[in-house]
This record gives sequence, C-alpha cells and structure tokens, in this order.
Amino acid sequence: MTKVENVLIIGSGPIVIGQAAEFDYAGTQACKAIREEGIRSILVNSNPATIMTDLDVADAVYIEPLTVPVIERIIQKERPDGLLPTLGGQTGLNLAVELSEAGILEKYGVELLGTSLEAIQRAEDRELFRDMLEKIGEPLLQSEICHTVAECAAAAEEIGLPVVVRPAYTLGGSGGGMAFTMAELLEVAESGLAYSPIHQVLVEKNLIGWKEVEYEVMRDGAGNCITICNMENIDPMGVHTGDSIVVAPSQTLSDKDYQMLRSASLRIIDELKIEGGCNVQLALAPRKDVRDWDGDPDEPLPYHVIEVNPRVSRSSALASKATGYPIARVAAKIAAGKTLDEIPNAVTKRTTAAFEPALDYCVVKIPRWPFDKFHLGDRRLGTQMKATGEVMAIDRTFESAFLKAVRSLEIGGRSLLWQRPEWRDLEQLPLHGHDERLWAVMAALRRGNDCMELCRETGIDPWFMDRLEGIVRMERRLLAEPLSADLLFEAKRMGMSDEMVGQLADRLPEQVRELRHEWDIHPVYKMVDTCAAEFDALTPYFYSTYEVENEAPPKGGEAAVVVGSGPIRIGQGIEFDYASVHAAWALEASGWRSIMINSNPETVSTDFDTSERLYFEPLDDESVRDIIENEAGTDGVMPPTIAQFGGQTAINLADPLRRAGLPIIGSSADVIGTAEDRELFERFLQGLGVPQPPGAAIRSLEDALKTAQTIGYPVLVRPSFVLGGRAMEIVQNATEMVNFLAQATEAAEGRPILIDKYLEGREVEVDAISDGETVIIPGIMEHIERAGVHSGDSMAVYPPRHLDAEERDTVRDYTERIVRGLGAIGLTNIQFVVQPRKDGEGPQVFILEVNPRASRTVPFISKVTGVPMVKLAVQAMMGHRLRDYGYESGIWPEPQLVAVKAPVFSMSKLVDVDTHLGPEMKSTGEVMGVDRTFEAALHKALVASNLALPPGGGVLLSISDLTKAEAIPLVHILAKAGYTLYATEGTTQMVEGLGYPVTTITKVLSGGHPNVVDVIRDGTVACVINTPEGRITGSLRDGFHIRRAAAEKRIPCFTSMDTARAAVEAMAYGSDHDVATLREYLDG
Amino acid sequence: MNKAYIVLEDGTVFRGRSIGATGQTDGEVVFNTSMTGYQEMLTDPSYAGQLLTLTYPMIGNYGMDERVEESARIQPTGLIVREAAPYASHPRAKMTLAEFLEAKGVVAIDGVDTRALTRRIRTHGVMLGTITTNEEPEAAHGRLKNVPRYDDVNWVQTVTTPSRYDWEQPPAEPRYRIALLDTGVKRNIMRSLALRGCEVVVFPASTSADALLELNPDGVVLSPGPGDPVLLDAMVAETQKLIGRLPMLGICLGHQVAARALGAGTFKLPFGHRGGNHPVKNLDTGQVTITAQNHGYAVDGDHLSSGAYVNRVSVNDQTVEGIAMKTEPLLTIQYHSEASPGPLDNTGIFDQFVEMISTMRGGQA
Repeated sequence: MTKVENVLIIGSGPIVIGQAAEFDYAGTQACKAIREEGIRSILVNSNPATIMTDLDVADAVYIEPLTVPVIERIIQKERPDGLLPTLGGQTGLNLAVELSEAGILEKYGVELLGTSLEAIQRAEDRELFRDMLEKIGEPLLQSEICHTVAECAAAAEEIGLPVVVRPAYTLGGSGGGMAFTMAELLEVAESGLAYSPIHQVLVEKNLIGWKEVEYEVMRDGAGNCITICNMENIDPMGVHTGDSIVVAPSQTLSDKDYQMLRSASLRIIDELKIEGGCNVQLALAPRKDVRDWDGDPDEPLPYHVIEVNPRVSRSSALASKATGYPIARVAAKIAAGKTLDEIPNAVTKRTTAAFEPALDYCVVKIPRWPFDKFHLGDRRLGTQMKATGEVMAIDRTFESAFLKAVRSLEIGGRSLLWQRPEWRDLEQLPLHGHDERLWAVMAALRRGNDCMELCRETGIDPWFMDRLEGIVRMERRLLAEPLSADLLFEAKRMGMSDEMVGQLADRLPEQVRELRHEWDIHPVYKMVDTCAAEFDALTPYFYSTYEVENEAPPKGGEAAVVVGSGPIRIGQGIEFDYASVHAAWALEASGWRSIMINSNPETVSTDFDTSERLYFEPLDDESVRDIIENEAGTDGVMPPTIAQFGGQTAINLADPLRRAGLPIIGSSADVIGTAEDRELFERFLQGLGVPQPPGAAIRSLEDALKTAQTIGYPVLVRPSFVLGGRAMEIVQNATEMVNFLAQATEAAEGRPILIDKYLEGREVEVDAISDGETVIIPGIMEHIERAGVHSGDSMAVYPPRHLDAEERDTVRDYTERIVRGLGAIGLTNIQFVVQPRKDGEGPQVFILEVNPRASRTVPFISKVTGVPMVKLAVQAMMGHRLRDYGYESGIWPEPQLVAVKAPVFSMSKLVDVDTHLGPEMKSTGEVMGVDRTFEAALHKALVASNLALPPGGGVLLSISDLTKAEAIPLVHILAKAGYTLYATEGTTQMVEGLGYPVTTITKVLSGGHPNVVDVIRDGTVACVINTPEGRITGSLRDGFHIRRAAAEKRIPCFTSMDTARAAVEAMAYGSDHDVATLREYLDG
Repeated sequence: MNKAYIVLEDGTVFRGRSIGATGQTDGEVVFNTSMTGYQEMLTDPSYAGQLLTLTYPMIGNYGMDERVEESARIQPTGLIVREAAPYASHPRAKMTLAEFLEAKGVVAIDGVDTRALTRRIRTHGVMLGTITTNEEPEAAHGRLKNVPRYDDVNWVQTVTTPSRYDWEQPPAEPRYRIALLDTGVKRNIMRSLALRGCEVVVFPASTSADALLELNPDGVVLSPGPGDPVLLDAMVAETQKLIGRLPMLGICLGHQVAARALGAGTFKLPFGHRGGNHPVKNLDTGQVTITAQNHGYAVDGDHLSSGAYVNRVSVNDQTVEGIAMKTEPLLTIQYHSEASPGPLDNTGIFDQFVEMISTMRGGQA
C-alpha cells in the first residue's frame, strides 16, 4: 500500500450504555500511535468530555456532530487519504460504512485503513457471517430467518425449544428475547417482528447455560495472527457480556479447550482478513451435571461462534488493561501498514507486539449498573446491556480479585456481606439474570444451600461456586474464631477488606488496620508486565496482593497521588477521568511524579503511560492509605493526595485521609465540609453577604413539613453528600412531601436532607480556579432549561446569552468572594439561579450550590475557552501563584465562538425508567455543538444528541396545564412549518383553540387504537413534546408510556418546555453546517 | 496442612505448603509461563531433572485427565505453584492436582510467591533447588551442595525407551513409515504423524544409523528431550550419517542434535524459553507464528556447514528457532509443533515433513 499522510479518525460520540469511555482510551492511543508514524491525524468526535478531543492529541480536532454530511465536509476540507474506522465503536464503524456506501470515500480518494469494508460486512451481516463460518468449517448454531409469527413457530418447532428471538437491525436486541414455551415464543416473535424495522427476526437455538468465552485477537496485513487474551464469563450464555461478571484468563478451560477456541478465533480473523483488533465470542458446552447437552463429553467439547466484532471494543479495552497489551495502539499501527513484529512492546520496550501476553494473576470485571438511581427500572439482565460502566480488579487468586472488584463498585456501603432484608427464602433470591445476583448467590451459600444445586439454578460453573463458598467458609471462621495473626493474614490474602474482616470479627475497620500493622501484615505490589515476569518491564502498572516480594519500592522525589473516579455511572462520567488524566500530566509537567489510583479499565487514566505510576486498586480508604504508605519510603514522608478531580469518589476520601493524618493538596477537608454542610454553608454565605434561596437541613418529616410551610412551596428536596442529584425532587405540596421524603431519607444514609425554596429562574454555572488569591473564571455557562432540571441533564450555552453586564459582574463578584472566603485551592464549581429583575432592582443572583472540586463541565469549558483549567488548578495546589503564569482574577475573555453542551441519554436500554427531566440526573453522556452563532451551535448540539426535529412529519403534543401557556408559541411555529399535529385529549382543545387542525390520540392505553403508544411505535409521529403533570411521578401515569415509547423508538421526546423551545427555534436554522477545527474556532 | 520449603542454590528460601508426597526432591528450577496445560507439562520428558515452577498462580482448576498425558510418568522432579486448586471442575476432570501428585508420589509445594521466584531466576539464571517437606531450610541448602549439576547429567538416558516399539495407534492405511529416535518424545508427536498417514517406530536414543536404516523408513524424526545436547556426541555422529539420506524432522533437542551434526554449537540460555507464547519468525516467508517452547539450550548458528542455514529465529531474543538445508530434505525447529500444551499454529510443520517425504518418493505414496 502507498504510505498515507493524512488520516481521519472517527470517535464514538457521546457516552451511552454499551459505548463508554473505552473509546476515548482507544481513540487517544490511536492518535498517538498514528502521529508517531509521522502521519497527520484528523479527529472528529462530538463528545467534548474526552482526552482525544484535546487540542494537542490529534493534529486537527473537530468537535462536530457525527453525521455523514458533516464528515463529508471535513473530508472536503482536510482531504485525508486514509480513514481509520475501527476505533470509534459501532458509531465509527457504521459511519465508515455509510460514507463508503454513499460513495464519499471514493469521491475524495479516501482509503479505508485496517480492516476492509468487506470484512466488516462479513462479520456484521448475519447471512454473510453464517456463510463464512460454513466455509471454514466452524460449527453453526442452528437458526432460521423469519418474517412472520407462523414462520417463527415453525422454526422453533424444528430447532426445538427453548430458542432466542433476535430482531434484525435493532440496537442490542430490543424487542427480542428467549422463549421456553410455545406461548412465550408467540409473544416474543410478535414483539420482535414489530420492533424490527424490516420485520425480520432470527430464531436461534438457545444455548442458555453454556459457558460464554471471548477471545481478543489481532491480525496484521501480513497475515500474522495472535491472541491477546481470553476471558470467561461467570454468567453463562443468556446475559449480555457487557452485563456479565468476567474473569481473565479463563479458569475452567483445559489446554485442549483453550487451544480449540483460540484456533477457531484465529481461523475466523484470517478468513475475514481482519487488519487490527477483533473480538470473537464463543459458547462452550458446560459440565453435563450443570446443564445437559447432546453429545459425548469424552469428545472435544462442542462449541459455537456467537458473534465477531471486527473492531476495537469494550472487551478489547478490558483485555488491554487486563494484560498490559495496548490493543488500540497496535491496531492503529497495523492500519498504518506495520506488521506485528515491527511494533515494539510498549511495556517491556525490548520485545515486540508479536507475542501473546502471559498473565500471572487473575482479573475480575464486574459491571456497574444504574439501578441505585433508577429504583423503578427493570433490573433483570438479559440480551440487552444495561450497565453504564465497569470495574476491574487484579490479584493472584480469583477470590481476592473478586472481592477487590466488589469493593471497587462503590455502591453505597454494599460490601459482599450485604443482603436485601426481604430475601428470606431461596425462591426470593434473584440468583441469575439480575444485577444483585452476586449478593443473592452469596446469601444462598451462607444459608447452606447445596453448591451443585445453585450451579444448576444459576448456570455458574462449580469451580466459581466453590471459590465463593470458600469465601463463606472464611466468613464463618472470622465469626467463630479469635482473630489471630494467621487468620487475619489468610483473610487478607483472600482479598477481604479491613471493613469486612472487622464486621465479621467484631472490630472497627481502623482496629483491623492497627492489628495488621502490629502483626506486620501489609500488601505488596506486583506488576502487570504482559509476560509473567519473563522480561524486565519498563512501564508496568501495579496491583496489591499479600505475597512476599514488593515490586513497587518508593522512588522518592516530589510526588502526588491522584485519586481517580472509579466506574462510569450516571452523575460521575468520563469528565472526571478527563480531569484526573490532566492532573497527572500537570504534575509531570512540573517535575512531580504522578501516582494514579483507579479501578476503571475503560479509561485513559488507567493507560500505562498516563501517569508515572499506576495502581489498579479499589478507591476506598484502605487501598488508598496502603498505597500512600507504600509510597512513603524509608523517610516516612507521605506523598500528598489530590482528591479534587475524581468526582464524589475522591472527595469522599478527603475526610478519612485527613483523619488518618495524611496530607491533601488543594481544598482541604474543612473547605469541603463547609460547602457540603447546609448550616455551616448558610452561615458562611451570610457572613459574605451572598444570598441563597431560603431553606434548612432537616432530619424528620415533621421538620420538613414545617420548613416547607415557612419558606413556601414549591421546594427543592435533596440529601446532602449525594451524587448526581440522586433522590432530589421539586415538591409542590405537603402530600408530595410525605410521599417523597422516605426515598430521600434512604438515599441520605443518615445524613441530613436539604430543603430549599425552589426559585424558577435562569440557571448559571461557573468553574473557578484559585490559588487563594487570584480567582480565574474561565467562563460562565447559562442553562437552557430553567433551574429544577439537574445541571448534568441541562443544555448549557457558553458564553451566556441573557446575562447583562451587571449580572455577569455579580456572578464574578460572588464567585470571588466565595472562593476566597472558603480558601478553596484549585477548582470550585458554583451554580447560581438568576431571577428576572424588576425595574430599578439590582441583579437577582442566588447561590444554589458550591462544589470545591472539578465538575463535569471542566472539559467543556477548558475546550471552548482554551484555558488549561486542570493544569492551572494543579499548579495552584503545588503552591505556585497563578499570577506568576500571567493570570489575573476575573472572567476570561470570550473567544469568537458559541458552544452548546447537550446531554445524551441511554433510555432505550433501561426498561421501566421514566425519562422526564428533573432534579435527578439521568443522562449518561454529553455532546457539544460549536460554531460562530448560537443558532448554528445549538442545531449542531441537537443533531449530535439526536434531539433535532425531523424536517417534517407528525408531532405528538401532550402538555401539562402548568405549561400550556408557554406551549402556545411553539404550536404556532410547528403548525406553520407544516408539521402534522397530534395531541392527547386535553391538549387537543388548546391546539384547536389556536385554530390549527389536530388529530386527537387517546392517552388511555385501554381506550382503543391508535393510542399514544401506537402512533409512536408505527412512526406516525417523529417527535414528542410531553410535559409531565406532577413531578413525583409513578410509572402508572399516562405520560410515562408516551415517554417510554419514544425512548424505545429513539425519537426526540421533550419533557421540558425550554428544551422543546430551543429545538423548535433551531429548526429554522437548517442543517447545513459549517465545520472548523476547535483551534480555528478559538483563534477566531 | 504441612509446611514445605523451596530452597535455592543461592540460599533463597520460600515457604509454602506441601501438596503432594512428603520428602525431598531436587532439580534445576525452571519456570513456564503457560496459563493452561499443567498435566501435559508434568508428563513432558523434557522436564526430567527439573523443578517446574508454573507462573500462572491457580493450577489444577480443570482437574486431571490421563488422556492428555504426554508420557507414561511424571517427568519433572517436583512442582512449584502459587495455589493448587482445592476443587477441580471440568466435564472430564477425574481428580484434583494434589490428589494426583500424591498418588504419583511427587513432592510439590504451593503457597509460594512464584512471581518472586520467577524474577529471581530471570535475574540470576536457572539454578539448582530443592523442595523439602521434612527439613529446615539450612539443612536443605547444605544438602544441595552434593546434588549433581543439571548440565553434567545425561538426562536423555533416563527418559529414552529401553527398546524399540511401534506407536500404538497407527493409521488405518499407513502411507509412510517413520523412524523416531526417542530422546524424550511426547505422545502428541506420534499422534500428529499418525494423523498424517505415518506409522511410527520408536527407537532408543542410542540406536545406530545402520540399525535404524534397516527398517527402511521413509523419514526420521529426532525427538525433543531434556538436558545439554553437548553430552550427545554419539547421537550427533549417527545423525550425521542420516542427514541427506532420509527426510529428517528435528524438534527441540532433536533440532539441537541436527544442528550439531551440521557443525553448529549450542549454548545454555540464562533461563530458557518455556511457555506457550513465543513468537518465531520464518525468515523465508516473513511470517510470525506463536509457538510452544520448552528449552534451556539454544543453537549457535554461526558455524553451520555451508549447505545449512538458519530459517527461523525468535522474535524476542533472535536465537535460532529452525534450520533448513538448501538441497537436502531437513527441517528442524526449536519449538514444539505438536503443541500439547500450547498453540496449534505450527502443526503445519508435520504436513511439510510429510510433503518432503512425498517429494523424495517422487510424489508417490
């Protein structure tokens, strides 16, 4: 191939369930790898909260919507000669296919690098995939493609129940499912055919209960094939691999099994002519006494190839972190024309990429689900992935890695010992296909249920069950025996935390820690080095274990610990990883050693070369303190900790670290305490003369009702010290208060609940950087939705559009007073509400919230202002004066651009979760639209977040009485623009009153057809505006069905009149977007 | 739960737990980085005289199944692991590792920080060691001084077949007859040949070229095996007589013997190549494959006679991985094309060998 000079890399867009931070990691590695080859890199991604969209990761960075027309414009402008499609997840891959099919690649002479389009299609298309397997003699899973319910029934008859029904062309299997009986089949077939846009489903033999095994494999252009890693799902077939607990390497496969599946995987990538990374999913027959199957267990075990992903994936990110082998980096080098043996092994530096990692440890991944936020969501796990993120833990045995992974989940106080109080009988335990199954299985074992019976019930291999039972045996010993040094050592070696040991052996965690010190029981740290110690490693990372030799001696010199943000969850997303990564870089830039701690395998922060030293560990008190002690060295000087960038995870560690006498740089634990303690904070603001909405911290329903009565409804109710507005609501009256308070009390976990007067005004947000003197405000953001919608779910505009000079100056003034008054060092996020001014009045600015830490808007504001916010914050923490870098207090000058940040939701995947916007955060990711004007930026943001109105068609209106008046101008615009209007009963009258034709659609689901759900499902309407009546919603309300149907159909559904207005106004702008690099926008 | 120690020649002591027979056992301490295949390794004659350390920490997970064994007995003198699985799970598992070791009378130890041990060997080279269940470490260390050096022992003599035999599973319709010189052969080599239509006659390592030629074989295989090839002068001399007369396949020790017969020297590697992840580059095709390896010595390719050349090298350390001859039918590999354990990527070597025979025979079966 001719050498390419300019390569376009497509990112994966916003974080959604199934496509998370792993693609920032992959894309960032790819950009670096491409540039090392002397190739110019051009990156496009709509997600600003990524490292890859930093100005200096690629040569040209476009933060633009990921659509074919936009990418064509970029191609037109940049004229790349190569396109790298396999590093941006399914989004990037699909776009590359669309660009190719539209003839755009050919038109501009862009070569697809790495894996060819034909290979992608042969892997993705079910029919071609079957043909390919047949050609190379791989066992085919019996299946039939069907178009009617009758065909499905016939197919099921032939294949034999149970079967799986997979609808064609739906994301992640929506509408499909498993059928164990004919009745179930008819139901699933009907739903599956309805969901499929081409009314086609695949009826497939059900391998439920078989072992699910994955191989991460690579192939270069010369045909060299290697395996990076294999992984075994503890959950058998039937649970999406993204929702499975996964262990690497496989534990229950013999060498014969392992090699048989490895060879099959390599044959497949060789036949497909993959050039880069690829993931192969296989099902292997289980033990017959767990799940019976036809055949002779003395023959090679039967297996089936389930799926092939011809690209870098979530699994490949996990495999990279599990082995130390940088898959995305090597895939990019292969795409640039290198062969595996020409690429150096980046960890050992002396061997090459042409080898297979050898592990001398065990890795356990556990997904992180959002059900702590979505109480009413359907928690069952199946063929549709529901996890937002994942944790990974490493140790020398399965039990210890597993126990560390459970600790890493950070689910409020839920150790492995947790049990739901209502779990009484075995029948009540959600033993499989449920996010709480691991706790349920442990509970069943504790009650003495038979291991083999549980294996048959759950499909978990007896090997894993025996290990879990081993943990229970240790629990019993700790309950029964006196805590001796030997017993404690055994428990620690098994991976039990001090807290868990303490809970069982009746000690406080701190007492267990003291005993450990007394008995000289300390963890040592071992390397992940790709080669099981066969070669010396130069850039390894570390995990703790209770063994003899420590491979991470302290290095001395100035250093600081950066506490990462753990698993991606709603409210704590990739933005915090962005900040952690920049913190590590900022330390290095100033000559300090950066020590990163994190548990999330998907991220850039856990890349081996991001920090000087990386510890892959749970982010709890015990682990962080052990690491700091390990880093202290002989002189006993403890490196300070930076807790400001890892979201609430890191902030929550500030207090325990302070109590342990460990130094923290940046805002102190006291500062954090002042900002989070309602009473202290109120007194603090009063002292400064800065107003906040009236309110109080309460602990009882009586106090709540009294407070609300005094300040007047509506009030905002929320627990203190809780992430992402969990259990936060606007309460309109006393009845709602009674209903809601129980939920808030549970989420508060014993801490007080805050009740504030709800001020309906413009919400405004700033992130400030301070060294104690100078207070830099890089920018003010104005929210599109009024206060009451969680800031993480709001659209935000920079610079603000509606603040006058006086109001801006008030925001600046309050910010400076608060930051200086608190003595905050580093970053502080402040949220304000600005109320309309009456004549002659001064600005009406109130403080809603102060967070003395990096917020989720840091990457957005860093990007649109060009201010290196994290770097400056770290310099301030290191004791440098911002003035010495040429910075002054005040608002940073605004560049000639407008940027709009829009949230992105994953609601189609979370059944039974209500989608309406409110004070509790629900979005999983964000996009940014940037341009020269507000309208253009807004339209880009809407397009990128899939909220843009389609150019015509039907709109369904269901407007609450409270918001009808506001809806009138929108109805005028929509009607005049030629949209066909549909409305529910009450709203019809309003539209008719305005003189427009409208079709009434009943919202009563039992009230005949078509009802609201029908018109959404059948495509009659392409957009929904639905403002809910009351905020304390239950799933029985009619609006819920409208919103769920829209989410599942993935059409825009506006539940805030403000968002709807923005979308309707932006429609006029049209979709003819200009494109420019971030640098061009910044430079004007 | 009896305690046990592993004591190295340099005085390093690791404490652990006895998991097999009680007693003492000595050997050269080596490590293998394969993550699966422990039973295959335990029955691989190339480990004769060695204490085998497995770097993967959990061993025995899928239990024991005699059908995967590569020879009739346990070959390494002892086994060192981080953890012997207390419970085994597999459709074919018959017993646990510890039960197996005990039944076979093998002294073994678990609970060892095998990574620390591996790093010690990687840094200081392989060395003698002892596993002991009934001595204090000092006594064991003292005893080690009297243990013969691994390099001085002719280990092949301890593993070769005492007399000629036919491989028990011949093909239904044999196309070729292969003479195999057993210096520590693995069963899967014979299975691989039989699968390709070869009946295999196995000879003691000391068999003369003339005696072997009396069989009128179509090809000869020099098998893998333990120990220093420098001690095999007689076999090297006989091999010289066979090169060029018969298509020859040399595997591992067999490759080293053939290389010596072609004038090359051999040397001891600091800690060997043992694992299932070793990349080898074919210099003729540029192709890289992942191979299973198990050798402590390597060929020095500098002094090969003019007709022979190095055609395969290790991607990791550039050591010789294969030799070919320009005009004669010879194929040697330092790695294990028979796998078991390890990747199956190199089984084509057997096809090439059979092809070579076929060509020699004028394409006739």
